[in-house]
Amino acid sequence: MPAVSKGDGMRGLAVFISDIRNCKSKEAEIKRINKELANIRSKFKGDKLLFIFLLGHDIDFGHMEAVNLLSSNKYTEKQIGYLFISVLVNSNSELIRLINNAIKNDLSSRNPTFMCLALHCIANVGSREMAEAFASEIPRILVAGDTMDSVKQSAALCLLRLYKTSPDLVLMGEWTSRVVHLLNDQHMGVVTAAISLITCLSQKNPMSSRPCVFSLQIVSSASTDLQDYTYYFVPAPWLSCKLLRLLQCRLVECLETILNKAQEPPKSKKVQHSNAKNAILFEAISLIIHYDSEPNLLVRACNQLGQFLQHRETNLRYLALESMCTLASSEFSHEAVKTHIETVINALKTERDVSVRQRAADLLYAMCDRSNAKQIVAEMLSYLETADYSIREEMVLKVAILAEKYAVDYSWYVDTILNLIRIAGDYVSEEVWYRVIQIVINRDDVQGYAAKTVFEALQAPACHENMVKVGGYILGEFGNLIAGDPRSSPLVQFNLLHSKFHLCSVPTRALLLSAYIKFINLFPETKVTIQEVLRCDSQIRNSDVELQQRAVEYLKLSSIASTDVLATVLEEMPPFPERESSILAKLKKKKGPGAVSVTELDDSKREAGELNGGGERAAETASTPSPSADLLGIRSSAPMSAAPAAAGSLLVDVFSEVGPAAPAAAAAAVNNDVNPILLFLVTFKLALSLSRFVCKNNGVLFENQLLQIGIKSEYRQNLGRMYLFYGNKTSVQFASFSTTRLCSLTLCPQLNVQSKPVEPLVEGGAQIQQVLNIECLTDFSDAPLLNIKFRYGGALQNLTLKLPVTINKFFQPTEMASQDFFQRWKQLSQPQQEAQKIFKANHGMDTEVIKAKLLGLGSALLDNVDPNPENYVCAGVIQTKGQQVGCLLRLEPNAQAQMYRLTLRCSKESVSKRLCELLSEQF
Amino acid sequence: MMRFLLLFSRQGKLRLQKWYTPLSEREKKKIIRDMTTMVLARQPRTCNFLHWKDLKIIYKRYASLYFCLGVESEENELLGLEVIHRYVELLDKYFGNVCELDIIFNFEKAYFILDEFLMSGEIQETSKQTINRCIENSDMLQEDYNNEWYEVELFG
Repeated sequence: MPAVSKGDGMRGLAVFISDIRNCKSKEAEIKRINKELANIRSKFKGDKLLFIFLLGHDIDFGHMEAVNLLSSNKYTEKQIGYLFISVLVNSNSELIRLINNAIKNDLSSRNPTFMCLALHCIANVGSREMAEAFASEIPRILVAGDTMDSVKQSAALCLLRLYKTSPDLVLMGEWTSRVVHLLNDQHMGVVTAAISLITCLSQKNPMSSRPCVFSLQIVSSASTDLQDYTYYFVPAPWLSCKLLRLLQCRLVECLETILNKAQEPPKSKKVQHSNAKNAILFEAISLIIHYDSEPNLLVRACNQLGQFLQHRETNLRYLALESMCTLASSEFSHEAVKTHIETVINALKTERDVSVRQRAADLLYAMCDRSNAKQIVAEMLSYLETADYSIREEMVLKVAILAEKYAVDYSWYVDTILNLIRIAGDYVSEEVWYRVIQIVINRDDVQGYAAKTVFEALQAPACHENMVKVGGYILGEFGNLIAGDPRSSPLVQFNLLHSKFHLCSVPTRALLLSAYIKFINLFPETKVTIQEVLRCDSQIRNSDVELQQRAVEYLKLSSIASTDVLATVLEEMPPFPERESSILAKLKKKKGPGAVSVTELDDSKREAGELNGGGERAAETASTPSPSADLLGIRSSAPMSAAPAAAGSLLVDVFSEVGPAAPAAAAAAVNNDVNPILLFLVTFKLALSLSRFVCKNNGVLFENQLLQIGIKSEYRQNLGRMYLFYGNKTSVQFASFSTTRLCSLTLCPQLNVQSKPVEPLVEGGAQIQQVLNIECLTDFSDAPLLNIKFRYGGALQNLTLKLPVTINKFFQPTEMASQDFFQRWKQLSQPQQEAQKIFKANHGMDTEVIKAKLLGLGSALLDNVDPNPENYVCAGVIQTKGQQVGCLLRLEPNAQAQMYRLTLRCSKESVSKRLCELLSEQF
Repeated sequence: MMRFLLLFSRQGKLRLQKWYTPLSEREKKKIIRDMTTMVLARQPRTCNFLHWKDLKIIYKRYASLYFCLGVESEENELLGLEVIHRYVELLDKYFGNVCELDIIFNFEKAYFILDEFLMSGEIQETSKQTINRCIENSDMLQEDYNNEWYEVELFG
């Protein structure tokens, strides 16, 4: 054992640690620590304090003393000081400036040990202040010729850390190309450290080198040195092409060698040997999958993984299952993956480790297609009976998705979902049973079968509440299709449902009550029985308001309404509009981005489209109020309560509402897959960028490292057209690019936005265009949202933006003389027609800028109207489909106080308010 | 990139913590709690990898001590396992047949060795010899300074 120096401080520490270890109880430990803390306060000892902190006790003093240790000349003290800082001080401490000073001294000390300590400290804390102080210094140390190897290593990784925390502060420069040369360093440690830095730089910055083509980079970056080899401003094109081709064949060759090596007998029996070897193999396989262009390599990779599936090392089986998941999505290897289905099913059944079973379930999901869907779904269902509770919900979602996606005949689909509810009813979320109902309603050919099957399922002595919900709903709609059979006559159906009633929760009971009233319409012969049930005290005097109200209203409805009215009100539900499966959205949310590939999404969308035929009809029904709307007393209460409830929460039992308004509310609620709170947050965050576009129509709407979205728009009367330009800033193509518009419930009837789908592929450096047609139906205050999804590299990118469509875009300028203006101004004198705001100037009060902004607003800027020449007045008409809203505006700047007073008078009060809000953010 | 490395005993006592991204104390405590409960609950002879939020967790037990490494999802699991093993080898080489007590009593050495091996969540140096030479050099420095210090005292 090498000598561990034990200075005075160290001996004290050892004694202290022994004491702590000898403490019999937690109380004794705390007592001993408090004693020591008092001791330390009197005489600062960094190391002991550190030990106490590492035990998990809070330390709120001593930071300053530790900073003092940094400037000590004693190595021990300096070292402990740095350790203390890097463990205890978090990146926003106010001591950072003092620490930075000490670090600066050590960096310039030219003592490699001190320099390394300082670099480690920067990397450990890695705050923005540190990046500001050292971002320019470290690259210099990194590429300086006389820097020691160990310092180079630390500097490379330290720079990497700063680049990750504050990429804007680390400026690319001459050093970037010199860093690439570190890859040629003789010292393997330097190469290892440098490659991490270079990989990160090249991922985030397409201009800098990519490690695979760094030799090419040398050619293209140092163009000044290549004078004679530069061919018409292209640096060494022949050499570059050759290099690229060389890389291409070297790469395939390299990958083949690695695959071959996997077949060689192991050189050692140690697990470290096989782990290290297989680590390289798995990295190679993930590269093969990433390139996805060499069928031969893909199939070989798949076979290699197939061998691992039966390996005795659990780790390898786990990793093989995981890698095969990605391999399953490649068209070249999908079939090869499918050949392992039996092994994977076996893994699902026999693996001892739940996380391995989870991977097996993932792989089955990934390898599923039309040919094996029935087998896989059956296996997953039978696994569900014994599955671990932790993965049941996800399994249920997956089964539901596969069943829907690959349903050839819908009776199989209905069977599967009902089985799912039977086996794992507790884990079947609303989305799953909503979906089965949507599909049954949209498909005529499966309704009879569905009614028969739920009827049979409900006969089980104990059935899950979700089954009762689906049963109640389907029998209420389609019970008539099986009523011909005496074994399932209307009364038998009703009695069966009602036998479950008392065991159910309030929402299910409410749903059942709605099913009963539907029964009265479907089967007049059940009317007396059902009325009796509704009339009994437990219903009509139920302590739950909702149940009581339904019982009372349904009873009244069934006794006073004529058959015709009843038939209209209780008509069969119209088909649901086409949309993305909400189950898929839920699974995605559960697994995080990237878990469900976009291609799957698209597939299921297409499938969903097939399933939900006739979506248009639903929209029509929803928007046209029924002619019988006012005939019934009850309509005033039931549908009114339905609409706000549906808007507020997804979980309301929206399906069981009566009347034609209900489907609309239901559809809206289910359609609103976006979590409302999330929507609000996103909206809030984007409100700032939106205000930039109030007074202009063109510009850059959004930009990050991958994507730039430009916007150009024009408006005429109540119509507008918006061109969106999506630019790919990277050199890699975006796959599965798609956009979806999201309108909030309030906005849908106010603004009509139509768009064509965009092309799914955006090549690197390319730009695609999308046109949106906008029609303003009535005045509005929300902005429509646009959701953009695409796949970059392996990762799914998801982004929601507010489209800058504001009410002022539909302004028509109106010119008028001074007296006209004031006459109209007086006409709009009711208090609610006026909106006024006094606010502080956010920008300079330059006349020309203000004029430009007011013109950009869209109204006419009227000269010589206001008696005070400092003031601005504008007039215009906002054109909506339904009406025209006259608007007058007056802006009074007060240059001394740097304030404005803004007054708006419009013929519609909501417009005054909205315009006032919009404009007050502009000046 | 590696996000954190934790060492804890079978009883869940934390022996070493190293974070490669800035986190608040609360977040750290939550991670420590989650890791200890998750890892300690695992049955023997199950696989060494777990998914936790968007991270891969790689853990391995050496005698009474669990080593638990959190890495980003694109990292190689097997290599992570060998990162842990190389660290154990480094500790072993320095302490000679390292045991939990060595890490408890010389925790600062364990940190210094780790700092030589990993930095900013990336591999800095993998050569056992180079790292050992570094640590021994800094031990020498300590000796020197300590001697110097005693001398000054003698004369004072």
